[in-house]
Amino acid sequence: MKHVIIALLVFFSIGKSIAQNPAPPQEKPVLIMNATAHIGNGEVIENAVVGFEKGLLTLVADARTIRLDTTGYRVIDGSGHHVYPGFIAPNTQLGLTEIDLVRATRDYAEVGEFTPHVRALIAYNTDSRIIPTIRTNGVLLSQIVPKKGRIAGTSSIVQLDAWNWEDAVVAADQGVHLYWSALYARRGWWAEQKGVEKNEAWSKALQEVRQFMDEAKGYAAISDPETIHQPFEAMRGLFEGTQQLYIHVNGVQDIRQALTLVEEYDLEAVLVGARDAWMITDEVKAAGVAVILRSPHSLPGYEDADVEQPYKTAQILHDAGIPYCLSIDGSWQVRNLPFVAGTTVHYGLTREQALMSISSAPAEILGIDDRYGTLEEGKSATLLLSTGDALDMRTHNVVAAFIDGRQIDLNNHQKELYETYKEKYGLE
Amino acid sequence: MQKIWWTLLLSCYSVVVLAQPTFPVNGVQDKRPERFALANGTLHLPAGEVLSGGTIVMEKGRLTAIGVDGEVEIPEGTVVYDLAGKHVYPSFIDLYHSYGMPDVAHTKLPPRTLPPRISEKRGAFGWNEAIRPEVAAADHFEPDEKAAKAMRALGFGAVVTHQPDGIIRGTGALTLLGAGSANEMLAMPQVAAYYSFHKGSSQQAYPASLMGAMALIRQTYYDAQWYDKAKALDGTGYDATLEHMQQLLDLPVIFSVRDNLTALRAMQISKEFNHPFLLKGGGDEYQKLDAFAELGVPLLLPLTFPKPYDVTDPYAARHVPLSDMMHWERAPANAAMLAEAGVPFAFTLDGLDKKKQFWQQLRKVHQYGLADSLILKALTLAPASFLGIDKDYGSLEEGKVANLFVTAAPILSPHVEVLEHWVAGKRYLHTDYPRYDRRGQYQLIVAADTFQLEVTGTYAKPKAKLQLRDSVAWKAHIAGQGDLVQLRLSPKDSTNNYWRLSGKATAKEWTGDGIAPDGGQISWRAVQTAAFVDTSDQDSVALPSFGPVPRPFVGYGWRSAPKAQKVLFTNATVWTSEAEGILPETDVLINQGVIEAIGNDLEAGDALVIDATGKHLTAGIIDEHSHIAISRGVNEGTQSVTAEVSIGDVVNSEDINLFRQLAGGVTAAQLLHGSANPIGGQSAIIKFRWGALPEDMKMDFAPPFIKFALGENVKQSNWGDHHDERFPQTRMGVEQVFYDAFHRAEAYLDEWETFNQLSRKEKELAIPPRRDLELEALSEILLEERFISCHSYVQSEVNMLMKVADSFDFTLNTFTHILEGYKVADKMKAHGAGASTFSDWWAYKYEVIDAIPYNAALLARMGVVTAINSDDAEMGRRLNQEAAKAMKYGGLSEEEAWELVTINPARLLQIDHKVGSIKRGKDADIVLWDDNPLSVYAKPLQTYVDGRLLYDHSQLAAQKAWIAKERQRLIQKMLQAKEKGAATIMPSKQEHKLYHCDDWENELEDFTTTAP
Repeated sequence: MKHVIIALLVFFSIGKSIAQNPAPPQEKPVLIMNATAHIGNGEVIENAVVGFEKGLLTLVADARTIRLDTTGYRVIDGSGHHVYPGFIAPNTQLGLTEIDLVRATRDYAEVGEFTPHVRALIAYNTDSRIIPTIRTNGVLLSQIVPKKGRIAGTSSIVQLDAWNWEDAVVAADQGVHLYWSALYARRGWWAEQKGVEKNEAWSKALQEVRQFMDEAKGYAAISDPETIHQPFEAMRGLFEGTQQLYIHVNGVQDIRQALTLVEEYDLEAVLVGARDAWMITDEVKAAGVAVILRSPHSLPGYEDADVEQPYKTAQILHDAGIPYCLSIDGSWQVRNLPFVAGTTVHYGLTREQALMSISSAPAEILGIDDRYGTLEEGKSATLLLSTGDALDMRTHNVVAAFIDGRQIDLNNHQKELYETYKEKYGLE
Repeated sequence: MQKIWWTLLLSCYSVVVLAQPTFPVNGVQDKRPERFALANGTLHLPAGEVLSGGTIVMEKGRLTAIGVDGEVEIPEGTVVYDLAGKHVYPSFIDLYHSYGMPDVAHTKLPPRTLPPRISEKRGAFGWNEAIRPEVAAADHFEPDEKAAKAMRALGFGAVVTHQPDGIIRGTGALTLLGAGSANEMLAMPQVAAYYSFHKGSSQQAYPASLMGAMALIRQTYYDAQWYDKAKALDGTGYDATLEHMQQLLDLPVIFSVRDNLTALRAMQISKEFNHPFLLKGGGDEYQKLDAFAELGVPLLLPLTFPKPYDVTDPYAARHVPLSDMMHWERAPANAAMLAEAGVPFAFTLDGLDKKKQFWQQLRKVHQYGLADSLILKALTLAPASFLGIDKDYGSLEEGKVANLFVTAAPILSPHVEVLEHWVAGKRYLHTDYPRYDRRGQYQLIVAADTFQLEVTGTYAKPKAKLQLRDSVAWKAHIAGQGDLVQLRLSPKDSTNNYWRLSGKATAKEWTGDGIAPDGGQISWRAVQTAAFVDTSDQDSVALPSFGPVPRPFVGYGWRSAPKAQKVLFTNATVWTSEAEGILPETDVLINQGVIEAIGNDLEAGDALVIDATGKHLTAGIIDEHSHIAISRGVNEGTQSVTAEVSIGDVVNSEDINLFRQLAGGVTAAQLLHGSANPIGGQSAIIKFRWGALPEDMKMDFAPPFIKFALGENVKQSNWGDHHDERFPQTRMGVEQVFYDAFHRAEAYLDEWETFNQLSRKEKELAIPPRRDLELEALSEILLEERFISCHSYVQSEVNMLMKVADSFDFTLNTFTHILEGYKVADKMKAHGAGASTFSDWWAYKYEVIDAIPYNAALLARMGVVTAINSDDAEMGRRLNQEAAKAMKYGGLSEEEAWELVTINPARLLQIDHKVGSIKRGKDADIVLWDDNPLSVYAKPLQTYVDGRLLYDHSQLAAQKAWIAKERQRLIQKMLQAKEKGAATIMPSKQEHKLYHCDDWENELEDFTTTAP
C-alpha cells in the first residue's frame, strides 16, 4: 500500500514546480488506516484508524475495536507509519522575515519602546519560501511574533498553508509581547571586558512598564474614549481577558518581578524563554502562568552550570506540573521543532510527553486547543503522517500532511533544487 | 636564555651625574663635600641580613662604607645623623612606570571598516602607528616633583619610566626620584624596551585582534633584521622605525600582558627571536606555575588583587563563575607560590588605584606567605638585577648609589612611614619629621593637675590619649611643627571646656604655657615615663593551602589530570568509520593512548573492562569549522589579506565550551579565523585535551591550514550601508584579490629561490629578500605545504576559486559552509576539493537563499569528501544529530552519515592517518554512546582523547557537587570579607566570547592595563 502514498505524492508534485499553491478545502472524507496514532495527549493507538471529513476529525480509534465501512472514503494505508497532530511552533518570526540580513525583508522589528498596536498578522507573508520548508517537517501552525522595544506588538496564530493572511489566521491578535529588561545583561561592544553586567536601568524600565500598564488599564475602563489611543486600544484585551501577555524573560529575578506584574494586573500571562524558570518552579506554578520554553538547543546560562541543563529544563517543568511547551526562536530554524522535543526525551521525559510539548501543550497555551493540538474527534484534521518516529531526525520523514482536512503540498524550494540537481548528476 | 640575558646588558651603562658641568651657573658655584653618615640605625642588608646598630657612610651620592657602629671609619667633615630606633632600607625600584612622561591622548578609533591606511605620523617612519620604537622615554622625560615626592613616601627612589602607548612602545629610562632637573635625574637613558598587546593612540585599524598584534611584532622583528643587512649594503632607503628597532633588539623587553595565557603567548615571540623578555603580568601566574617555572622568565607582579563580589543575592551570584571566585581567594598568594616554584619576580605599583594602599598590599602578600626578605628583594635587588643595574642599585652595599630610606618601623608594620629618603646621596625629609619621637607614656602636669598621657600613632602623625582622671574621661589632641608641640585637652562631659597648651619638645620632656578654659594663663610640662613600644599585631605568615589548582582554571577543570588508560570495551556496536562499517558485538582495546586491538573475545589482561553491551563505540567527532577556545578576536580582517595572523597564537585552553563539547562527543576541531576578509588567518587544529596548555592542545601531526573567504562577508555586504570603500566590494574584486595575492607570492618565491642559489660569498654581498609572513604563508599554499579551508556559499565564486587554484597549480583543499556546493559538486570532484557544510542552515543571508539540506548528501554521493561542521559553540555539542539529518535529507546510510563527522573531516584536515576512525594503531580518541549515535536519543557516556577519559557522564554529578560545594565555601568567605568592610563589586563575568565567523570587533582598543 506504500504505492498509494507514493502516488499521492506524485499527484501533488505535478504542475507545482514553481510555487506551492495552497490546497483546496477537503472534498472527500479520508481514512488513514493501520498507522500508529500519537494522539498528542500522551496516548498512542498502535493500529489506528483516523478519519476526517470537512476538515474535522470524525474518527480516531483502534482498528481492532471497531467495524467500519470504507465506502465513500479516500483510504490511505498508513501501515508502518505514524500519525501525529500537526506540530505547533510558538514564538517565531515565520513570514515576518525572509532573509534575516536583508533589511527590506525584515518585518518584525518596529521603532518605539511601547508599540502593542503593531500587528504581526498583517505583515505575515504567506508566500514566504521558508514556510513550505517548515511544514515539510510537520510544523503546521505557528504563533508569529514581533520583537523589538519593550512592548513590541501583537502576535497572531496562523496555519501554514494559505493564500493570504486572512486565510491563514487561526487566532488574530491573540497576544501582546513584553520583552523584559534583564537585570543582568550582556553589555556593550566590548563584551569580552564587560561580560555580564548588572543593568542599572532596570528599575527605570520596570517603572516605565508599570506606568504604561497603569495608563492602559485606566484607558481600558473608559467605554467610549474621546480620542482613540492606538497603543492602549491594543492593550484593552489584556484587561478584558481576551488577550494574553507574553513576557519574554529569562533570569530568575526577572521572572520573579514579572510574576508580580501578572498578579498586580490580574493578567493571563505566558513566560517566553524562561531559561531559569526551573529554579523557581513553585513560584511559577503558584502564579498560574504557562511557559514557552526556549530551545533546549541552547548553551547553559552560566559557566559553572550543569552542561546538560538546557536539555533537562523541560523535564523539571514537567515534573513540577507547570504547563509548558517548546519553541525555536527565528524562522527557517523552526523546522527543527520536533527534534528539539526529541532532545528532551533522553533527560527524563517519555516520547509521548515530549510530543505533547509541541502539540497539545502549545495549543493549550496559545488558546487554540478547542481546535488543534491533539487527534481527537471533533477537532481540526490538522495532522501528519511520518515514516517513523517524528522526534528523531534519523527516522522522521513526512509523507502526507493535512491542515483542516486539506492535504497540503509537501514540496518546497529546496526539494525542487534537490530534484533538479539529482537529475543533472543522474543520481537516483 | 639567561646567558644572552647578561651579554645584552653589557651594553648598558650607568653614571650618576648630579651636576651639569656644561651649564652656566647663576651665582657662585655650589660644590659641597657631600659627606654624610647615618649611625645607630637598623640596616636592612642583602640576603635578609639585618644589622642593628649599624652605620652607613656616603660621599658624593654613593655608599662608601657600611658596618657596625664604631667600626666604620668616618671621614673628617662628615655630617652624622643618629638613627636610633630607626630602620634603613635600600630604595625600591619600579620597572613599570610612566613617571615624568607626557600623557597619552586616547582618542576614539575611526570606523574599523575604512580602507587600510598607513601611518600619518610625521617623519620617515614605518607604516604602523602602534609600532613606536623611536619613542625614547629619555627624550620626553620631565621630572615631576609632586609625583616624585609621593613615590619617595612609598619607598621608591628610582623607576624605569616609559610611555605606555602602542604595541612596541620604545625605550624606558632609569630615572631617580629626586627633585633635580631632567639631566640630574636621568640615571640611564635606555635600560629596557617596552611592548604590549594594546594599540594605544594608534588611529589605524590594524591590528584589531590579539593574533594580529602577535603577527605585527613578528613582522617588525623580521623587518628590522632585514633592514640592518639591507642598509649595510645600501639596499634600502631610510626607515626611522626600523632604524630605532635596532637599539631595541639590544635591550631586554618588558612586555605588559594581562593574564597567564597572554604571558605564554608573549614568550613565544621571545623564544622565536631569542630575545629576553620580562613580563609585567596579570597576577594569575600561579594558575600555570609549571609553565612559568620552566620558562624562568622574570615577572613584574601587580600589587592589586581582585575585590570580592557582592554575592548577597544568590541568583545574582550565579553570574560569577567559580574561576573568578577561586582567583579572588588565591591571587594574594600568587607571589608566594611563584617564590616557592623558584620563579623570579619583582613588584610594580602599576594598576594600584590608590597608591597609599601599597603598604597594606605588601602586608597582604606577607600574610599569604611571602617572607619579609623576599618582599624586600622583590622591590629592590630583584628588579635591579632583572635589568642588570644591580651593581649600582637595589641594596645597601658599598659602592652603590646612595638610594635609601629611613623609617621608624619595619616596612611591614602598619606604622610604617618614610621619614627620610636619600636619593643619590641627597636627603629628602618627611614634612612632619620632628627631631624626637614624641610617642610614649608621659606624666602631664597642667597648672596643678596631673594627667597620664599616652602618645601613639606614627612617628610623624602621633595621636594623644588621656587616662581617666578622678573618674572623668578626657580627650586630647596633639599637633606640632619642628620642635614645637601643641596639645588640646578637654573632659568628656557637658562643660565643653578646652585647655590649649603650646610648648617645645626635647627628647624626653615637653614644656610650655597655655590658656585655661577661663582664659587664665597656665604653664605645663610633660615628662616621658616610658618609650613607645610598637604593639601592633604581627601578621601570621603562611602560604594558605588552597588545594590543587584546577586545570584549566575553571570549575570543571581537573584537580588531578586523568592518565591514559588501558581499557577493553566488550561487546559494543563499533562504528568504525572504515570500510568495515558498523560491527556488532565487538571488543575494542585501547592502551597507551592508541587503539590496540579490535575483534572478538579480546584478552583483557590488566585492562579495565567496560561492558559495552547495547552501547555504541565510535571515533571522536571532529569539527572542521569551529571558533571556540579563541582569545581576543577571531577576525583580524582589517585588510583584505591577513595571511600572517594565526589562530594558533591565541588558542584559549580555559574555554568551558571545550568541556561542553567533549560532553557531546567532540574530540578535535579546526579553530578557524573568521571570514571578514578574502584571505584570513592561519588555523589551529587541536585535540580537546581539556587541562593542557594551548601549545599542547595542537595536533603536531596536522599540516598547516589557512582560512579563505568569499561572498558577502568579505565584500562587507552586511556591515551597514556606509561600508562601501574597502576593496573588494564585489565578487569580481574578490577574484582579483586572490590573483594579486598569489602573483605576489610567486614573485616572493622566485626572489628567495634566486637568493638561495647564490654562493655563500655572493650571499654576503647580496641584499637578502625581506622575510614577509603574509607572503610566506601564501607561498606555502603554492608549494602545497599549507592548505585552504574556504568559507564559501555561492557556486559562481566557488567555481572561480577553483580556477584560481588551477592556474597556480594547487588544489583547493576544503570549501567550508559551501551551501551551494551541490550546484558544482561535479566540478569540485574533478578539482579534488572537499566540502564541510552545515546540515540545514539557510535563509540567514541573501547568498544562502539556495542552500538546501540535501547538500551534504548530494556532495557525498558525487564522491566529494564531505563533512558536517558546527561554526557554533552550541551546535558543536550535538554534531551527531546534525550528521543524522543527512539520512533524512538525501538518504545517506548510517555509515555514510557517521563518516560526515568523523573520518571525513579527518580526511579534509589530513589527519586521517591518526584520528577519525576506529582502526588499530590510531589514536584512542573515542566515544562510548548509550544509543545509536545518530539518534536524537543518544548521548555520550564517555569521551576519551589519547586514551585519557576526559568526559565521563557518570562523574558529572560528582563534578557538579564539587563546584556547588566550592562555590558555597567561597561565597561564605566573600560575605565574611564584605562584613569586615572589604569593598565589593557587583557580580559580573569576564566573558568568553562565542565567535562565529562573521564576528569582528576591535579587541586591542582598551587601556585597562596602561599606566596612569
